Formats: sequence, structure tokens, C-alpha cells
Amino acid sequence: MAASRGRWVLLIVLLCVSARAVDRSNFKTCEQSAFCKRQKELKPGQSPYRALLDTLELSDSRITLQLINDNNKVRLLLELYRLQGNMTRVKINELKPLKPRYEVPDVLISDPFTETLSVVSQDENSLVLSLGGKDQRLIVSAQPFRLDIVEGPQVLVSLNSRGLLAFEHLRARKDTISHKISSTVGSMWDSLKSIFSSKSELEQVTEQENVEQRTDEDGQIKEEEDKPGMWEETFKSHTDSKPNGPSSISLDFSLPGVEHVYGIPEHADTLKLKNTDGSDPYRLYNLDVFQYELHNPMALYGAVPVLISHSTDRTMGIFWLNAAETWVDISSNTAGKMMFGKILDFVQVSSEAPQTDVRWISESGIIDVFIMLGPKPADVFTQYASLTGTQSFPPLTALAYHQCRWNYNDQEDVKSVDQGFDEHDIPYDFIWLDIEHADGKRYFTWDPSKFPQPKEMLQGLMDKRRKLVAIVDPHIRVDSGYKIHNEILSKNFYVKNKDGGDYEGWCWPGNSGYPDFTNPEMRAWWASKFAYEQYEGSMENQYVWNDMNEPSVFNGPEVTMHKDALHGGWEHRDVHNLYGLYVQKATADGLVERSGGVERPFVLTRAFFAGSQRYGAVWTGDNAAEWGHLKISIPMCLSLGLAGISFCGADVGGFFKHPSAELLVRWYQAGAYQPFFRAHAHIDTPRREPWLFGPENTALIREAIRQRYALLPYWYQLFYNAHRTGYPVMRPLWVEYPDDVATFSIEDEYLIGKDLLVHPVTDEGATAVTAYLPGKGEVWYDVHTFQKHDGEQSLYIPVTMSSIPVFQRGGSIICRKDRVRRSSSCMENDPYTLYAALNSQGSAEGELYIDDFHTFNFEKAKQFVHRHLSFSANTLSSRNLAPDSQFSTASWIEKIVIIGGSQPSSATLKNADGTESALEFEFDSTLAVLTLRKPGVNAAADWTVILR
Amino acid sequence: MTCVHLLLTLVFAVSLGTPVEIQRPRGVPLTSIQFYVENKPFTCLDGSRAIPFDRVNDDYCDCKDGSDEPGTAACPNGSFHCTNAGYRPMFIPSSRINDGICDCCDTTDEYNSGAKCENTCKELGRKEREVLQKMAEITKEGFLLKQHLIEEAKKGQQEKKSKVTDMQGNKKQLDEKVEVLRTVKETAEQPEKEAKERHLKAWEEQKAAIRLEKDKAKMAEAFFVSVSELQSHAELDADADGTLTETEAQGLMGGAEQVDTSTFESVWPNIKDKYHSEVSREEADMSCLVSSEVPFGKMFFFFFTVVKLSAQKARDDFEEAEKALREMDDQIRNIEKELSFDFGPDAEFTYLYSQCYELTTSEYIYRLCPFNRISQKPKYGGSETNLGTWGSWSGPENNKYLLMKYEHGTGCWQGPNRSTTVKLTCGKETVVTSTSEPSRCEYLMEFTTPAVCQEPANTDLSPHDHEEL
Repeated sequence: MAASRGRWVLLIVLLCVSARAVDRSNFKTCEQSAFCKRQKELKPGQSPYRALLDTLELSDSRITLQLINDNNKVRLLLELYRLQGNMTRVKINELKPLKPRYEVPDVLISDPFTETLSVVSQDENSLVLSLGGKDQRLIVSAQPFRLDIVEGPQVLVSLNSRGLLAFEHLRARKDTISHKISSTVGSMWDSLKSIFSSKSELEQVTEQENVEQRTDEDGQIKEEEDKPGMWEETFKSHTDSKPNGPSSISLDFSLPGVEHVYGIPEHADTLKLKNTDGSDPYRLYNLDVFQYELHNPMALYGAVPVLISHSTDRTMGIFWLNAAETWVDISSNTAGKMMFGKILDFVQVSSEAPQTDVRWISESGIIDVFIMLGPKPADVFTQYASLTGTQSFPPLTALAYHQCRWNYNDQEDVKSVDQGFDEHDIPYDFIWLDIEHADGKRYFTWDPSKFPQPKEMLQGLMDKRRKLVAIVDPHIRVDSGYKIHNEILSKNFYVKNKDGGDYEGWCWPGNSGYPDFTNPEMRAWWASKFAYEQYEGSMENQYVWNDMNEPSVFNGPEVTMHKDALHGGWEHRDVHNLYGLYVQKATADGLVERSGGVERPFVLTRAFFAGSQRYGAVWTGDNAAEWGHLKISIPMCLSLGLAGISFCGADVGGFFKHPSAELLVRWYQAGAYQPFFRAHAHIDTPRREPWLFGPENTALIREAIRQRYALLPYWYQLFYNAHRTGYPVMRPLWVEYPDDVATFSIEDEYLIGKDLLVHPVTDEGATAVTAYLPGKGEVWYDVHTFQKHDGEQSLYIPVTMSSIPVFQRGGSIICRKDRVRRSSSCMENDPYTLYAALNSQGSAEGELYIDDFHTFNFEKAKQFVHRHLSFSANTLSSRNLAPDSQFSTASWIEKIVIIGGSQPSSATLKNADGTESALEFEFDSTLAVLTLRKPGVNAAADWTVILR
Repeated sequence: MTCVHLLLTLVFAVSLGTPVEIQRPRGVPLTSIQFYVENKPFTCLDGSRAIPFDRVNDDYCDCKDGSDEPGTAACPNGSFHCTNAGYRPMFIPSSRINDGICDCCDTTDEYNSGAKCENTCKELGRKEREVLQKMAEITKEGFLLKQHLIEEAKKGQQEKKSKVTDMQGNKKQLDEKVEVLRTVKETAEQPEKEAKERHLKAWEEQKAAIRLEKDKAKMAEAFFVSVSELQSHAELDADADGTLTETEAQGLMGGAEQVDTSTFESVWPNIKDKYHSEVSREEADMSCLVSSEVPFGKMFFFFFTVVKLSAQKARDDFEEAEKALREMDDQIRNIEKELSFDFGPDAEFTYLYSQCYELTTSEYIYRLCPFNRISQKPKYGGSETNLGTWGSWSGPENNKYLLMKYEHGTGCWQGPNRSTTVKLTCGKETVVTSTSEPSRCEYLMEFTTPAVCQEPANTDLSPHDHEEL
């Protein structure tokens, strides 16, 4: 044990000078990132860009125009698209780049459907295009170039209104040997060169063309000065060779009337994004940050370049499709300051109105931005989902409780932890194995002394209807005795270093190679490795976890891959933020394939990008056993949900450090109400299985986990809806109460779907919390006591250690399975209890979704039950929402609880065949809770209950 | 709809082959049968309410205490009783009824889940009896060994106690002897001490004279007259910048460009400490001489040898006696320390004292030295790690002698100091049977010893199913 761990201990000691908190000096500030620094030197002002309106080309699906930078005469090509579903796409690339610039593939689920963009009017300095709908217009102003999207008299968003469009064109290097020599030896060198290389001749031609193009406007060539870091950049001991020179891009967006913006995960920061004036911008660059700090714009493990703006008038989104290192500046401004020219013909400007300005800066690639025009929060979710897809629909078991630790030492350990759950009567579905399970960190293998009989272990779990997750990281041990390595080597699938050799870096196994997951052939090969006959010892109840896929390179710059490493023809610089998405995609594909396309996969990832929601779950990485980390898990997952990734959770208990019993209990109580519910712990921490903190705490944790299991039908239905619509499962209050300004910054409570409001206790020694219950005229019921509270008030709630403040919205019907068993699979055929919480009109509605809980048959064969449940005028009925679907379930309705109703004199159940029977009931008059005893109807049937 | 039907009658075919029909609701133990009377209203066992009897086991939870549904999973807090004829009866949480997993060896918990369970009670019962039999044998033999250990330990303890008493008597005599010899020694040393002091005083005077002479000689050698001459001596550099500037040199010379012999005498004290020259070697020799404790002039040497010889014998005698006393003290302390350990209620753990037991795993050699320390050494080279030194007995209240705690071992990186819990079980042999590290740096060692074997109870090892018959 100690010997094998000695190596990484040493590594960590070497790499992480401070063991107690993030070592900030390992990570770049904007100032230390050459392109960010260059871009930030550009201040708002008159843009040097001008639109050449005479270059306008109009087709059915798009218009194109050239832009020219009057300083350097470089021309850009602007493409504008009107997309179906109220979106506008703006693409800007160099008109004739020296070599192609990277355009992010595989993130959009398909080419977005376009709609006709027609010219409404045109004059010498502007072009007005119709976006259809309610007098929505896209106005192109030529000089200075800017774009404005207006609706009636209102500006929705302006692009380049602050003149921060900056596009570093690709250029030939001036200080290369060839450049130096040619200036002295001149023609002699040229003739020499032509003998050796015909390719460079070609390049020269392109270069000349480029220069010609730049001179054609006024015949003057303005060579731009080289700035430090354009052609080489050194950070700590790492040098980035930058053979392609400067290539960064930037564009600003102004959002009049907006004071609240959200999204751009992943940051350990507030839900509402902060103004970054005077601090570093938010950074998006997937990094393995050791012991990350809270309330900080530093980059973390994943990146989704989606920003959501919200005001009482409108919700919108900006999706900046770029996978390179990206910085996002956010500042507050006053609308009207930047209004001039043509737009003034359209809009009324109030100079007092607040405005948020957002500036995106990326290191390479092109500007490809999707402006999602809302106008409602749900519209933005639909719009974004139409671009990048929706949340994958997980097997039900993945929504249950997961028990993880670095590491469960051996088969015996796994067995005894499994037994511990049964002995303490605590449900769980998954036990997890971290890196120590593999033979010398060679993933896809098992340590022969600790896990000599993996199938026996998996079978043992299967007999209890439980599952296991084993980690498979993307760094591959360089070892000629390791099959996986040898195959990758022989297939030439490794990422290359700048000199063309296989890129190698240090990670858990020591010297490691990194498969090029951007290569589809490589991904197909990787997926095939999950086949049962390939992955020895694996079984169908084994699932996968991809960690370290930023990728983490212990001895690389900022603990990641060198930017000049090569993925085929592209630099790592171009694809960095996409790498982790590909790893998870290839793994999820593998799990689907191994089952012959039958089973839904479950893969957890630490790194992610836009679109990662299609492949599984994410977690918030290596947090710590601190109250602050418990608190921040809420805004972190809310931000991810807004950016499409619903299946989010934080390590319950905190990864680093040792939680107090109180913190652990509170974390279980909070985690039970977050989408991905997994306890995890660092190898150096004392054991913390739920029964190790005394009988009282064991009981508290058991109760929290049981609440989760009882609510699994609701979670499952929400994930089904998320899969269909892209709506987040875990929602900020403002999403459902967009007009209630009081909700806009709330991040200590949230909604699950729209019907449950959760305010976890996240303070040490708390004796009360204050929860805001939103909605004028709304009523909320405490789910534990059924006590009724009015909406639009702050409610003071005394709490004890057993309290988990959760409220059900009046007007909703939630289905639960109150018979909690030792795993979710054991509950498959159990009956449902319906909790109908009535609103002030005495009505309520909800949904029930049932399928086989694990295959794709719901999609492929329409095998599911989807019911609409509604209660009004004293009649509760179940109606089929999907008449063309087919599925039979053994589950039935065991109980109906109507909260906030009145006492009837009789209750009659009417079956589909017309038969009627009287139902017994009880009525609690103090709480106004009516309980109907055992309707007994099948959950898939049509039925009605009439109260008289 | 799959509603579970009420099942009131169970037919038991017991191992003896005589069918016995017992009417009781599913999941109810015989001991509670009187509460479940057919056709009479059932009162929840907590007395909270009464329900018609047909609502017992009707798959709907009516009683808060779950007592109306002993045979279904309807109540969250219910429990189900399985008879397990041939093995031992048990209660399982009612949530395990029909969950697709076979919990009761008689398969009665899975009557409507489709799970294919086999009745394994006979097999389990047989195995259990075998294990119990084996255990009983071990316990019996172990307990005999334990008696022996107790006898040995008591004998040993007595011996040690009387040894300590004897030694304490001897020690008293030795104490007195030491005191006598001390006086003899001090008397003999008096002339030697005086002679030494006398000579030392003379030497100090002589030394002062030599030093003065040397200083003068050095000054003469060092005598120089100009600033430039002084500048060649970089060691005199006042600001330690490596060069002696003209101004600095002048400063040393009291502002003058040149000096004569008499003025130099006033300059000399400023520089003599730093000044380097050939004489500095002699200087070093002298300082060596000065620092040596006793200088030996010829005259003095003769005198001193005589005085010293007479003192030496007294000194040796004294030291010998003192050493013997120290050794005896150590012995007494060691025995007392041993006697102070808690070796169990009957001193049965005494035999483990000053013994060590090893276990070799694939990677390490573990070494348990009871009441002392535990260590781990890599099998193929590398240094030893301390996994904890003896702390205390830490078993449960009713028998603290089932666990040993060793603490304060080598520290872990970013973690606690290593510690080990040793779990003792009854066995004929005294061996370490396994080690593990359930939590980082917290080790668990299993150790068998006869010392924890309990007196075998006169138990009947036949199956536990009498209750049901």
C-alpha cells in the first residue's frame, strides 16, 4: 500500500507546494495569459471594423458580408443566420486565413435549421434585416461595424457596440530564420529555398495574396507590431511554442435592461455572475485544480460557454461556440451610452436603464455565436437544447444513492461495505472503485491481489440488485506490457507533441500517453474496449467513471496538456475544452455498444463542455469537507443546469479533509435533494460510511437517503422531461418566477422541477433558516408536516438536526414510492402514493412516468407510461399523455394524499371499465389532509376519483 | 394490478417429517400469535387503533408501528419473521419482502416477486453446527491453555515480586556502600585538586606574559607607514565590499597618510584582530595551548602524578559501586514496569510481554510486539514504519481485553499518525492472522491467542428451531 502510493505522494508534494489550498501560482491570470493580456489592452471605443455593404450576399439560409479592419486592412467574413426557434447565429472568420481556423465539431447535434433572413431596408451605412416574429430586426451598421437585434422599440442585444471586436489574423512569422536571412542575403536564399521546398513556395504565394488584399483599400501596408507572447509564451517552466502565432478573437455584447446574468460554468462562485471590473474575467479552461478556492473566477474542470441573461422583460442566452481557452468579462453599464446611428430610428433610449456588458475572448478558432432570444426562460432552454441536445435519460438506478471512496481497498472491503448498508438498513445502488482497483493504474484491468475475482464481486452485488462503478481515466500508462497501451501505440492513436512524437506526461500511473479522443477512429476503438470480452472481469452491472479528463497532466503547464501538442492537424490549443466531452462520449458509446444498443449508459465525468449533457453525469470535482463547499454546491449545480447539464452533484461529505458528523449529516440532507447523489472521500481521510458516526447520525443519514428513494419517481419523471425538453431538473427560483425580482439572486434554495422547493441547512449549528417562498397567490406545503404557507414571503423555519426544509407547491401532484427498499431496482414494482397539494383554487396537477427504468425501449419502441394527473372540482383523474405508447407495469396506486382540501362525505373510484367502488378515507382537519385508502388501480390505467 | 393476497394459513413440514399445521398470519412469530386472532378486530401492537382482521397483511399500512403488515412490505417500519426450520429463525425488515432477493433461507420472504430462491436452511444449519463445533473445540483447548498461562503468569509474577523485594534490600546496602566510597574518594581527591588549582594560577600568569610578548613581535612585523601599504591587506576592509579603499585605509590609520612607530602603536589595536601574517599560525598554536585544560610543566608533572595515583583508586572503587547501583535500579524499574502493565484480569496476557509475532504479506512484514509496538517493513528492502506504540486496551465495556490500541506511529503525509487496532480472538496458537488498512494510516490486525478464550458454556449444539416446534 504505502509503496505504491509513495510515488504519487511525492508527485503531489512536488507539484502542489501548498497542501492546504489551491496554489494560485500554478494557474494563469489574464495578465499571464498573453492573448488575454493583449485583448484586455484594447479598451472600449470606436471599432476599427467597417462592414462593406457592397459585398452583401443573400441566400435563403444566410447572408454574408465582408468586414474590414481599417487599421491593418485585414478582411473578415461575417455570416448571419436566422435560426428556427428564435435564434440568431453570427459567424466571423478571416476572409482568407493563412490556414484554416478551427471550427468546433460534434457539439451541435445537427446543422441548425435556418429561416429566411430578408432585407427590410438598406442605406449607405446600414442594413436592416427581418428576423420575423414581432417586428424583430437585425440591424447591421457599417461604420463603425456593429450589430443590433431589436424588437419593436427595444434593443435586445448589441454586438461590437463597445468596439471590442478584435480578430487576430493568422500571419507569417517575421523573425523566422527565413525572414532574417532574406532581408540580408535576399535572392540567394529565395533560390536556395525553392530547391528544397515547393511547399514554402506555395505559402509564399498565399502570403503575397494576403498582403495584396490588405493593401487594396488605400495602398498602405500597416504591419502590426509583434507583441510579447505572440510567437512564444513561457509560464513557469513551460514554453508554448506557438508556431501559428497570434490567433485570438474577441467580441462584446451589450444587454440593455439586464442586471442579472448567469451560467458559464464551471466556477466555484455565486449563481448570479459578478461584475469582473477590477478582477480577472471568468475563465473557461478545463483544469485539474487541486483544492479549489471558493468565490473565484478561476477556471475549474469543465467549461460551458453559455451565458443566460434575465430581466423581468426577457430571458436570453449567448452561446459562444469555441473550445479554446476563453475569458469572459462582465461589467455593468448604463444603456444608451453606446446608442447612435441607425438604431436610433428604431428604439427609445433611456439613458438611465441598467445594462450588462459581456465580452468574450478566446485564444483561437473563429467567432461562432448563437444568440438565443427567449423570451421566456423555458424558451431559452428549448433553444439551447435544439443546438446541443438535451440531458441523456439516465437509468433510474443512477439517480439513486452512490457510495464512493478513494478507495475501497479490495473485494472484502466492497463486500463488508455492502453488508454494512444492509445491517444498518440504508438503501444504496452503487459502490464505486477509484484508481487503486486497477493493476498499477492500468485502466481496464484489476489489481490481481486486491481484486482477484471481479466477477465474483460483481455477481455478489448483482444478487443484491446493486451495481458498481470502476474508474477509467484517459491517461494510459506507457508500458510495453500493457495491452491497451500497445494497441494505441500500434494504431498511432496518441496525441502528438509539437515535434510529432507521442505526447507523454505524468499522471497517476507515472509516465502516460493521452489517446487522441478528437479522432473518431480512436473513439470507436476506445468504445470497443468496453465489450465484456475485451474488458476482462466486467459485467453488465458495472458502469464507468471518467476522471482526470481535462486532461490532467501533472507535469504540464497549469497541470494540463501543452497547447502546442497536436491532435491530427489541430493544436491542443484549439480543442482543449472539448477533450473531456469526447472522453465521456466514447465511454458512453462503449457502454451502449456492449449491450448491443439495448441499455442506457451511465458515465460520470469531471471535465465537460457544451453538449456533455448528452453523455451522462458530472460532478463538481475535488471539493472539501467545509461548510462553504456545501453551500457552493447549490449555485455550482444550478449554473450547470442553466447551461444544459442537469445531472450534477457534489461529493457528499467533501472530498478533501474530514467532515464533522454535523457537516456530514447536513451534506447528506442536501445531497439527497441534488440530481447526482454520491458520497466520496479522499484516501487520506478517515472512513466515513454512514454508520460510523454513532446511531443518531446513522439514523439521520438513513432518513435523508430514504427521502431520496421515496422521491425517485419524481426525479425520474423530471429527467425524462429534461431529456425531452432540455429544461433543467434543478432550477433557480427565477426560472419559475421570472417576474419576481426577489428571486433573481437566490442561491441558498432552489426548485426541483417546478413543484418542490428545497432550502438545505448549510450552516454549522443552525437553529433556523429563512426560506423565501415565491409566487403571489401561491401556497406551499411543508412536505414533512403538511403545514401550509403563503407564497411571496420569507419564512423563518426553526430547524433541528433532522430538518430538511422542503416544500411542495400548491397546485402540484407528486408521485412517490413510500416503500423504500435496499436499492432502487428492488422498488421496481412497488405501488405509488400520490401527493396532491391543492392551490388556492382547490386544484392540482402532475405527471407520472414509468418505463423499464434501464433500456432505450422507451425511445425505440415507445414502451412507457406517461400519465397526466389532475385534481379539480373535487375530481382527481389520471389521463394518458402518450396514447401511442405501450407499457405494462405491475405498480399500482396504494394511497392518495390530498393536502389542503376539505372533508368529503364520500370518495368513489371510477375505473376505466365503468365499475365503481367506494374508497375509505381519513381526514385530518387540523392540517386539512385527506388520505384515500388503497385505490388499488394499476398505475397505467385510466381512472377517476370523485369526492362528494 | 398486482395486489398481494392475504395468506393466513401456512403449512409447515418440519424436519421430523410430521406435518404440523399452524394458523397465523404471514411473518408473525409464534411468540406474537396471540395478538392475531382471526375474525376478531386486530389492535395495532402499539395500541394506537383497531382494524378489521381482513386488513392484516392486506398490503396497506394501517398501523403506525407496522404491526398490521408483518407479511408485506407495506409498512416502512415493519418486520418479517422467518422460521428458517433447520437453521435459526430471524426477523428481517419488511422492506425485504418480495424485493427479488432471497433473505430467509426458507425462502418465505420471496413469495410473490418471481425470485427463484432455494431452501438452504438445512445446509446452513449443518455448516453452522460444524463451525460452532470447531469453535467449541478451539475454545475448550484454548481455555485449558489459558489456565496454564494464568498459572505461569501468577508464578512469574510472584517470583518477580519477591525478586524486587530482594533487590530492594540489596539496593539499600549498595546505597550505603556508595556513600562510604564517595567520602573516601573526595578525601583522596583533595590534594590533587589543590595542586591543580595552584598550577593553573601560575600558568595563567605565564600565559599573559607570553601573549604580551607575541603581540609586540607581531606589531613589529606588521609595522607599515603608508596608506598604500595598508591597502594591500584586504582583510582589513571595513565595509566588507572586498576592497580596502584609500579612505578606509586612512580611517584605520587615524586620518594620516603615513605614521611612525609611536603613532602605529595607537593604530595597531584597530587592526590587529583582522591582520593576517605568518605569525598568525603561531597565534593559533598558542590559543590551542591556552585552551587545553592542564598544562604539564616537568616539575608539576612529577608532583601531580603522585597525588593523582592515590586518588585514582578511590575514584575507581566509587564508580564501580555506583554502576552496580544503577544497574540494580534499572532491573528493579524494568520489573516494576512489567508488573505495572494490565495483563488481564488473571494476568493471562503476561506471556505476550517482550515477545514479537510476525506476519508476512505479499508486500510487507508486519511485526507485533505486544505491549510495546507494531511495525511494518517492506519485504524487499526499505525502512521500517512504526504503526503505533502500545496505548491501551480498548475493547467494548463488557470486555476491554478484546482490542488493543497502538498509537502515535510514524506520521502520514497530510494525515494522522499511524495507529493500529489489534483484534484478539480465541485460538490455540498465538499468531497474527491478518492485517489491513481500512482507513488511511489506521491499521487493523487480527491476532489469535488462548488468552481470550472463554470458559466453554455447557451449550447444546442442536438446531435453534425448537421455538417453532
